[in-house]
Amino acid sequence: MNKDFTTALRPALVMTLLFALLLGLAYPLALTGIGQAIFPDQANGSLVRDHGKVVGSTLVGQAFTSDRYFNTRPSAAGDGYDGLASSGSNLGPTSRVLAERVKDDVARFSGTSPGQPVPADLVTTSASGLDPHISPEAAFFQVDRVARVRGIDRAVVRKMVGDSVEHPLMAFLGEPRVNVFKLNRRLDAFGSKPAA
Amino acid sequence: MSFQGWLLIAVFVGILLLLCRPMGQWLFALYEGRRTPLHHVLGPVETGFYRLSGIDPGEEQGWRRYAVHMVIFNTALLLFTYAILRLQGGLPLNPLGFDGASEHLAFNTAVSFTTNTNWQSYGGESTMSNLSQMLGLTIQNFLSAATGIALAFALFRGFARRSATTIGNFWADMTRVTLYLLLPLCVVLAIFYIASGVPQTLAGSVDVTTLEGVKQTLALGPVASQEAIKMLGTNGGGFFNVNSAHPFENPTALTNLVQMLSIFAIGVGLTWTFGRAVGDQRQGWAILAAMMTLFLAGAAVAYWQEAAGNPILHNLGVAGGNMEGKEVRFGIAQSALFAVVTTAASCGAVNSMHDSFTALGGMIPLLNIQLGEVVVGGVGAGIYGFLLFAILAVFVAGLMVGRTPEYVGKKIEAREVKLAVLAIAVLPLMILGLTAVASVTEAGLAGPLNKGPHGFSEILYAFTSAVGNNGSAFAGLTANTPFYNGLLGVAMWVGRFFIIIPMLAIAGGLAAKKHTPATTGSFPTTGLLWTGLLIGIVLIVGGLTFLPSLALGPIADHLAMAGGQLF
Repeated sequence: MNKDFTTALRPALVMTLLFALLLGLAYPLALTGIGQAIFPDQANGSLVRDHGKVVGSTLVGQAFTSDRYFNTRPSAAGDGYDGLASSGSNLGPTSRVLAERVKDDVARFSGTSPGQPVPADLVTTSASGLDPHISPEAAFFQVDRVARVRGIDRAVVRKMVGDSVEHPLMAFLGEPRVNVFKLNRRLDAFGSKPAA
Repeated sequence: MSFQGWLLIAVFVGILLLLCRPMGQWLFALYEGRRTPLHHVLGPVETGFYRLSGIDPGEEQGWRRYAVHMVIFNTALLLFTYAILRLQGGLPLNPLGFDGASEHLAFNTAVSFTTNTNWQSYGGESTMSNLSQMLGLTIQNFLSAATGIALAFALFRGFARRSATTIGNFWADMTRVTLYLLLPLCVVLAIFYIASGVPQTLAGSVDVTTLEGVKQTLALGPVASQEAIKMLGTNGGGFFNVNSAHPFENPTALTNLVQMLSIFAIGVGLTWTFGRAVGDQRQGWAILAAMMTLFLAGAAVAYWQEAAGNPILHNLGVAGGNMEGKEVRFGIAQSALFAVVTTAASCGAVNSMHDSFTALGGMIPLLNIQLGEVVVGGVGAGIYGFLLFAILAVFVAGLMVGRTPEYVGKKIEAREVKLAVLAIAVLPLMILGLTAVASVTEAGLAGPLNKGPHGFSEILYAFTSAVGNNGSAFAGLTANTPFYNGLLGVAMWVGRFFIIIPMLAIAGGLAAKKHTPATTGSFPTTGLLWTGLLIGIVLIVGGLTFLPSLALGPIADHLAMAGGQLF
């Protein structure tokens, strides 16, 4: 038994160091090199620039709360869409805090689009707090408000949403969804005058 | 529920079954120590590692030496990671300038990653430097996985060898699995992840001015290289706080499918390897059939419950399934399936927040871990855990017909059964014991975010996850405290090694036995009857112990949810 211990020491120490070099440094650094060389856009966060200024990432959601924009989902990441503090709400199904938060959000959205049931994703926080998407239903739900505030014809906005819907891969992999950042950039590019 | 959702589950299982044989064959080559095509490239690395560390890969080890070398190596790794985490404030590659981790957090995290648990008491992007992620954590993701597979090989040899005193060489098993399986696959997977949008950079963050004119800082880092091994090695420790729910860790439905397949790929392959090692492929298929039956039952219940949604929210005028804590790009089907996969295996990565699942939808992940994570299970750990249940199952069958039980040509006697029960009993003793302690102490009760039965579920889930070496969480629990970091750290260590050591003792004892050829009186360990018996034993021995705790947590929560009761 004693010999089992003594024979283990040198391999344990040397192997730890060798594998640290191989797996802890060589492997991630080599991949960083490969990624930066072949896929520089993706490897650096799929960023979008306007006049050299970074305005967002196509993958990560940002807070949209004004009526001029299609709103993103409520977020539990920091004060909302905090890219340094991803988080879900972690509220359970019988949480009073959850029920009250949802009630408030339902009231807020129903005020702008009365008479329709509110799509679930629009009043629930995502897992990451950084969800870039909303469901097509949640986007169409907001068309009337955005069209009214921007003074654009409703049909035009509706078409913009329709064109923004991304479909599941091979019809079953993933969900139909709308990237809110991309949709709102389209909206801005349309060049509307904000209605008084 | 939708047709597309069921189709997804069917396609997932179909691809897995296709992967089973090639993965199993490759693992069998490593089990036998055969040369592979990759030896041309990586062979010199292997021999160089042996030479520098004074290892003779051909030296056969008895189970005691195998166990001691494995534990000493894992202890060295533990100390190494602990040191990196404590010292990260003064080390390079720390673009966001994080301080060293506290003693209890560094202890908890080092144990967590060494034991293949990857419980995270911290938020990655707000705590860990890039160096810590790479050198402290990624390395453990590889080596804890390789350790698990090596241990499965050792147990296979126990069944396969006759009148032998040894069960292989730990260093050779572990090194070969790392170099010829994990590393090359991870390079391929990581490149795929980068191409799909997972960052791989040494930069710490980038500043964004949003369309609404607000400043947003996005955390970046060498994410893809960690992501690849995190899933393949069933580790589950994410780069970011929210793990595979983060758009940078898991940007698309396709990366999500690949991640789920990565979790199960090696585990299902090992069932094939086992059949091949004991010379009867049907033995492997019988185990896989039992695993897949349990898996599909869990997936169906979780998907059904999440799709049905929360009646409390429906009454507030919300339409649809339960989307709290889920990402739109994954929706209900991919979130529920991922939750079942990650807990059936001992992965613990999450793409949705289990804490916010409906009561019964969230009970399935919990139950999966309590069953011992033998439904495919962690790489290596799943199959050796399942074989412990198989030993119990032949014992029960032997009692019923009054014969000495046999399994794949080995007599199963009192020693094997005692050791198997000892290993399996660790789970309920530790999980229920520690949950009880936390439920009556002030420090323990300070943890839960939710009130009522769901708060109890958070505590129960934490200790279940730690002892089971899973690592997923009902993450509302505030666990980064000396109380939880300490207790959960101990739970993870005991949950890993107090199962492994009896298991290796069984392997050593079995290897020494003569081969007992099957006769007409032997209980057949292939076919439907056996598969049914295995499922029964897993559910009764693994599951029944936990039923009272489930009644206090998720089941009470479900009744409250149905009755509209809030806490």
